[in-house]
Order: sequence, then C-alpha cells, then structure tokens
Amino acid sequence: MEKQNFKGWLYLIPAILFLGAFMIYPLIDVFIYSFEEGYNSASQTYLGTGGYNYSYVLRDPYFLQALKNTFILVIITVPVSTILALLISIGLSSVKPLRNLFQTVYFLPYVTNTLAVGLVFMILFKKTPYSDGLVNLLINAFGGSSVDFIDGPYWAKMFVLCFYTVWVVMPFKILILTSALASVNQVYYNAARVDGTGSFRIFRKITVPMISPTIFYLVITGFIGAFKAYSDAVALFGTDLNAAEMNTIVGYVYDMLYGDSGGYPSYASAAAILLFAIVLTITCINLLVSRKHVHYTG
Amino acid sequence: MRGNMKNQTDYEKTEQRVRIRKLAGNIALYFSLTLWGLIVLFPFYWMVLTSVKSYGSYNGERIPAFFTLSPTLQNYLDAFTTVSLGRYLWNTLVFTVITTGIMLAVITLAAYAFARLNFKGRDLVFTLFLSLMMIPNELVVITNFTTITSLGLRNTFTGLILPSVTSVFYIYLLRENFAQVPDSLYYAAKVDGTSDLRYLCKVMIPICKPTLITIVVLKIIECWNSYVWPRLITDDPDYFLVSNGIQEIRENGFGRENIPAMMAAVVVISLPLIILFLVFRNKIMEGVARGGTKA
Amino acid sequence: MKIVLDHLTKKFPSRNKKERSEVTAVGDFCFEIPDGKLVGLLGPSGCGKSTTLNLICGLLKPTEGKIFFGDDDVTNLPPEHRGVGLVFQNYALYPHLTVRKNIQFPLENLRGEAKLTREEMDGRVYAAAKLVQIEGLMERKPSELSGGQQQRVAIARALVKMPKVLLLDEPLSNLDARLRLQTREEIRRIQKETKITTIFVTHDQDEAMSISDLIVVMKDGFVQQIGRPQDVYDDPVNLFVAKFLGTPPINVFDGSVKDGRLYIGDDAVLQVDGVPDRNVHIGVRPEGFLLREDGPLHCRMGRLEVMGRDVSVVSTHPGCQSDTIRSIIPAESNINTTSDIVRFALKPGKVFLFDRVTEARISFDVRA
Repeated sequence: MEKQNFKGWLYLIPAILFLGAFMIYPLIDVFIYSFEEGYNSASQTYLGTGGYNYSYVLRDPYFLQALKNTFILVIITVPVSTILALLISIGLSSVKPLRNLFQTVYFLPYVTNTLAVGLVFMILFKKTPYSDGLVNLLINAFGGSSVDFIDGPYWAKMFVLCFYTVWVVMPFKILILTSALASVNQVYYNAARVDGTGSFRIFRKITVPMISPTIFYLVITGFIGAFKAYSDAVALFGTDLNAAEMNTIVGYVYDMLYGDSGGYPSYASAAAILLFAIVLTITCINLLVSRKHVHYTG
Repeated sequence: MRGNMKNQTDYEKTEQRVRIRKLAGNIALYFSLTLWGLIVLFPFYWMVLTSVKSYGSYNGERIPAFFTLSPTLQNYLDAFTTVSLGRYLWNTLVFTVITTGIMLAVITLAAYAFARLNFKGRDLVFTLFLSLMMIPNELVVITNFTTITSLGLRNTFTGLILPSVTSVFYIYLLRENFAQVPDSLYYAAKVDGTSDLRYLCKVMIPICKPTLITIVVLKIIECWNSYVWPRLITDDPDYFLVSNGIQEIRENGFGRENIPAMMAAVVVISLPLIILFLVFRNKIMEGVARGGTKA
Repeated sequence: MKIVLDHLTKKFPSRNKKERSEVTAVGDFCFEIPDGKLVGLLGPSGCGKSTTLNLICGLLKPTEGKIFFGDDDVTNLPPEHRGVGLVFQNYALYPHLTVRKNIQFPLENLRGEAKLTREEMDGRVYAAAKLVQIEGLMERKPSELSGGQQQRVAIARALVKMPKVLLLDEPLSNLDARLRLQTREEIRRIQKETKITTIFVTHDQDEAMSISDLIVVMKDGFVQQIGRPQDVYDDPVNLFVAKFLGTPPINVFDGSVKDGRLYIGDDAVLQVDGVPDRNVHIGVRPEGFLLREDGPLHCRMGRLEVMGRDVSVVSTHPGCQSDTIRSIIPAESNINTTSDIVRFALKPGKVFLFDRVTEARISFDVRA
C-alpha cells in the first residue's frame, strides 16, 4: 500500500491543533506555573522559581481541609457504592419480570444535571425556619431529633455529600456490572448448582472472581472520580465551599484560580499537581493489590 | 422398603424447604430492588411535586405534603419570567449543538486517518493520543483558563466551546469501529475512483452510524451537564449555561427564597435529557457500557 | 442406582410469538435404566437428548411425568439435592481455580454431617484425580491444559462427590478425532471401575455404539428405540433408526413385494414370505451384499475404494434413494472392474423392509 503521508496528517490537523492548544501545551504549562514563585496575573511576571507554591498549598488550612474532606469522601463512597452496585446488579441479573423497568429507572441519575438534582437533595435535607425538611421528618418518626444537614454539624454535611455522591455514581456502576454479569457463561452457575453450591458461595467463589476485572476497573475509576469530586458539593452547599468546610481538592484548585479568593494560578497549579500525584499513587497501589486478586482469562 | 419411605418423606421436606426459601428469597429480592428504585425516583418525584405547589402553600407546610390537590403552573411562569431561564436554555442548546457538531467533524477525520490512511508516524501519534486519555481535566484547565482570558474570549461562545471540541476517548472509540469495516470495501471504492473523503462520507459514516449516534448522545449529555469550565469562563449571566444558571438561581434566585419556582427550573433543565434518554435508552446504555465514564 | 423415567414430557413455549403454540422437546419418555449401566442417549441435534439430561439432573423441570432415583420420586427436587454428577459439553471448569481447587469445589459445598475434614477432602480429590490419571496436573489452571486433560478434570470433578448418577453431555464433541477414541475407552473404564449408573448424550452413533450397555435413539423428542447397541443395529424398529446407526450408512431402495418376492426395480432380489403385496422401502446394510456372478441385483459399477481389510464397492441403481450404493465386501474377493455391471445377492438378515408411509419395520420370514 502506498503511503498517504500528506493526506494522513491533513486529516489529523484539526485534532492535533485542538489537543496541542488545549491539552499538551497546558500540561507542560501547569508544571511551569507550579514552580513560578510570586506570579502576578495582571503583569504576568514572577519573582523566581522554586517549591514555594507547594509548601504554601501544603500549609494552607483550606487545602488541608479540602484534602481531609476528599479522603473521607473517597474512603466512604468508593466501597459503599461498589458493594451496593454489586448487590443490586446481582439482584437485577437474577430476576426476569420487570428487569428492564428496574434497569431504566436505576440509570436515570446518569442523565441528570448534577447541579440541578443536587438542589432537590438540598431541600430534602435542609432545615429551614418553616420546616425541618423531609429527611428530618423521617428521623423524627423513628424517634431521633432533627439535624441540619446543609448548614449543621460537619458529620451531617459529610453524610449528605457521601449520600449524594453514591446516588450519582451508582447508575454507571450498576450498568457496567450488569453487563459484566450477563457475559458470564450460564454453564458455570449450572455446574455449581448441580454440585449443591449455596448461593452465597456461588457469589463469593464464582461470580466475584469471574467479574473481578470489571470490579477492579470500577474501583480504579471510582477512586479517580471520587478524588475529583466537586460539583456534587457545589450543588449541595453552594459555591463558597471553604465557608461550609466542605471544599474538595478540585474545588480548592478552582477557588485559587478564580472567584473571591482567586487569581493565584501558581497555587492552583501546585494543588492540581498534588492531586494528580495522589491519584497516580493510589492507582498504582490499586494495580499492585489487584495483581493478587484479579483473575484475567487469557 | 421402610428406609425408602423415610427417604421419600425426607425428599418431600427438602422440596418444600427449597420452595419456601425460594419464595422468601424472591420477595426479599423484589423488595430491595423496589427500595432502590424508590430512592432513585423519589428526588424526581419530589422536584416535580414541589414545582407545582404554590409558593404560599409550600411555605405554609410545616410538615411537607406528599401530594398536592391544587397544582399550579405559576412557578414555571416565574422561572421563565423572573430569571432568564429561557436564555440559559438557549445558551446551552447553542453550546451543545456547536460543540457536538465541531467535535464530530474533528474526531471523524482523526479516526479515519488512524483507521484507514497509511502514513509515516501514524502508530506513534496514535499511542501519544491514547496516553492523553490519562490526563485529568483539572490539570489542563488552569492554563486554558489563562489562555482564554488573555485572548479576551471570556463571556463568548468561542471561549466556551474551543477547549471541548476534541475528545481522545471518542476518537479511540470511533477508530476501533472504523477499523472493523473490511478493507475490501475501501479497495473496491478506490478501483471505482472514489476519493477518500467521499468514501468516508458515503461508506464509513453510514456503516458506523450506531457508534456515531452513541457518541453524539454521550457528548450531548456531557455538554448539557458541564459546569466547571462555563463557570470559570463566564460571569456575565447572558452567557450562563443551565448548570451555572441553576447555581445563580440558587444563590440570588427570585429575589427571595422561592423553592417551588427553583424546582420548576430544575424540572425544565432536567427534562430534555430525560426525554433524550427515554428515546435513545438502548443506545445510551450500550454506549456507556462500552466504556463511557461519568463526565 | 436405577433410574426410572415415567412418562417424562417437557414442553417449551414456542419462540414464534404470534402463535401461542408449544414445542415438545421431550415427549412421553418411559424408561428404566438399570443400576450400574452405561447408557447412551443418541440422536440428531435438536432431538431432545440434552433436554432429557437436564431433566434428569434437575436443571429443568418436566411439564409432565416423573423421575425416580431408585424408589424415590425426585421430580421436583432441585439439582443440588439429587446427588448427580454432571459433565458439561464445554466442561465448565472454573477458569480462576486450579485443577485441585476445581475438583475440590463440590466437596467444599458439603455441610453439616456430610462435612469433610481437610484430610478426607485431600484423599477424595487425590483418588478422583488418580482415577482419571491427572495426578500430575493438580496445580495447573484450566487454560494450561489440553482439551482431553480438561475433560478428565471435568469428570473428576463430577465423580469426586461420589454421585449416584453420572451424566455426561456430549463428552467427546470438543476433542479431536484421535483423542475421541482414546477418551471414550477411558470413560468406559472409569464407569466400569466406579460402577456408577452413567448416562451420556451424543449425536455420534459410533461413539454410542462402541461403549454403551444400552442405547436410546431419539428423534424430535420421542424415543424411537431402546436396546443393546448390537440388537438395535440388527433389528431397527423403523427406517430412522436403521438410517441413523451404522457407518457407512444403510442403503435405502424403493421397492415392492409381489407374490412373496421382493423387487428392486425389475430385479427380484429376495424371497420374503408372509408379507402381503405392497410397496416398501428396503434397507440393506453395506455388509449385506454378496458378490455373485449370478446375483439377482444388477447395479452399474462405479468405483472401488480399498480400505485395507475390506473393499467398498460404489455402484448405482435406479431404485436406490441415494446417488450411490455402498457395499462392503472382503478384500480378497475377485472383482471384475472392467465390467459395467456388478451383480449382488443379498443376505436376508441384513435386509429390512419398511412401510412407505409410517416407515415402520415390516418383518418377514426368512426361508432357509
């Protein structure tokens, strides 16, 4: 086949231009930014280079708060959503009537605007002078006392954030797991049944190992996604997340860049690179751990 | 024989036990599935319900009512008149259509080059493209923000659209699909004197239409829900997209805290995507299952 | 353990959604399988043999009829309580477990009184592995085994729990020709050693004939004939069974009976007493032809195929339903290949008559 050098590159030009301008150049730039000390966005000058931006960010109480929030969010939502999605998918795979209806309903949150539906969650959980809100009503019915989940104690706010995050990420996980389960050959289940295997043992010894690559994929993407949490928090607590003590690392980056406390792209860059480093480390740890537990069929 | 009789009743007991356990299992299963279904649906129900309660009756309810006997559309009217919801919707529509359109052209050309054309450095460039998939958006958004700002493109559609018109993931998805089209078709078309561009439009695109539709629908969802970039790049409400609009409504709202009107706005914003989803249900779910991620 | 199938029937709803009809996969199957025998369920694909197997192991429930293991009615018992071992067509070895773990898997399911200690388990696993001669492969994963080895592991896994009944679904279909011969001997040996009542499903008549104590020939969900392989071969009840058994297959002619004589075309080939005048199908086994200078059946000579011990004569006759007639004669016979015509006499015991409509066998008296 003759070479089509000229034509090939011609077809690629638009993609290369856009990617170069908005992905590759920024990628290099962000590292440079993060080492430029005392950058002034108005005059576009800086005083010198060094690690000051990093040490500033690492000592910034807002960043530490955001770091803590993000870690709590990750540690709670990733396992909870993965396990819950696994249970629901297995339930879904073992019923025939109404399965399609359930699947459609479960997928609905995927196509909704996170900000918009977040408002609904806010009014469900919020305590106002007029009304304690629906969730508190429920708590009262079970004999508990009302809590303000939106402007109240830290743990209550964290609970709503986790709850909403799980609600938002479930559709994707359920869908992926259901299709993974559907691809497991029915014959293994038949074999196990004939051998008198109990359903829990089938789950633990056959189902989970068979779909372990998918579960692992969801755990990795779940970690990455949860570390980048931001708009869920905005939806629930408004744009001033620092005041609400509910900021996330990504939120910190954007706040540094723009907004009331903004105008510091160097600090933002340093924080973004720290986030990237954290995500990379966690992903590597995941990969190492998975080697022992994930079964890939050749 | 006695032994057998005993054995037989044992078997009957087992049968019965299995039947009861199965029934109980099914009840528990459907109960849990329905429970999750309710958790998913309830916020939607609540937002529609609240949106048709009048301002007065909503604020009069110390204990929220689960239904209303006097539904009103006043809130929808408020949502369109008091705040510029119509403007936000229009902006989002323009943003979505243009972004998706340009993206389709860009990724189709790139995917075709990777899948069909034979040129020096192709595999190397493709590998580089793939490695870009690992780069998180948060890392590049900072420079993009300063770039767009220094170009004076804040509060313009150009500024909104430009950084979102390529997607390495969709190029990859489309290339894989293009590569499945048999080579013989290409050679046949070449023999007939068909140009590459014509072959792409007349053969490749029609054959790969299902994948293209999936990509379009996923991109529409992504555009409709995008929040971070528009928030950074627009502060003039004339250029707000729905996500920023809803945040604006939440914070400065209707002059007073008018939750029913706010919910009406939420319903209006959510409806287009829900309709899109119900129409393209299978395409969307299949596309997401093939490797989509929550944008 | 003997197995009794009592009017066993399984109907599936038709796939055609417009008509609400049902498809009978297995119809009115009655059979008593004696204890300790090896039974082959034989038939073309879609004849209901696999459905029968799934009914016996409990993965499917019959629409009508009952299944007894010994004297116990197990019709509604779920598979895990039946004590059957099942070997699947593609073996269904768990890909993430080693051979040892795969074999051990059913034992770990035992609870309560039946629960085994680790030593007992190891012993049983080793014994099963030794029986199928895979003791050396215990730590491998299924993907590291050949097809034949996987098959052995699957059998070991089915045997390790000492089932009352062993069921094999197309056990040889995934193996290449040479392994198939070897493995079927192996299955026979294992069955003889364990004396477990064994039922296997196959579409390959050669396979079923060679190792079964009894074969069951099925067609379209209904049992055609049950018997010892040789008996079924020598005495088929209808044209289907006659055609299905034997390689090369039986030669079928259109013919008629007139005045106690059997005609193929104008050739009066055999004396058949006790049959009224009528049109018939005539089946002649390949080995039923005798080369005779004065034989009554005139065929047009085609070609010779030398097979070592035997010679296969391929010829044609207008009365034959297929294009060619295949007859097997000893290699030392003198065949005049230059002649256009080859003449045969027929061995009466290798000739079967069938009704033109019902295709049922018509018996006749052989005159000595």
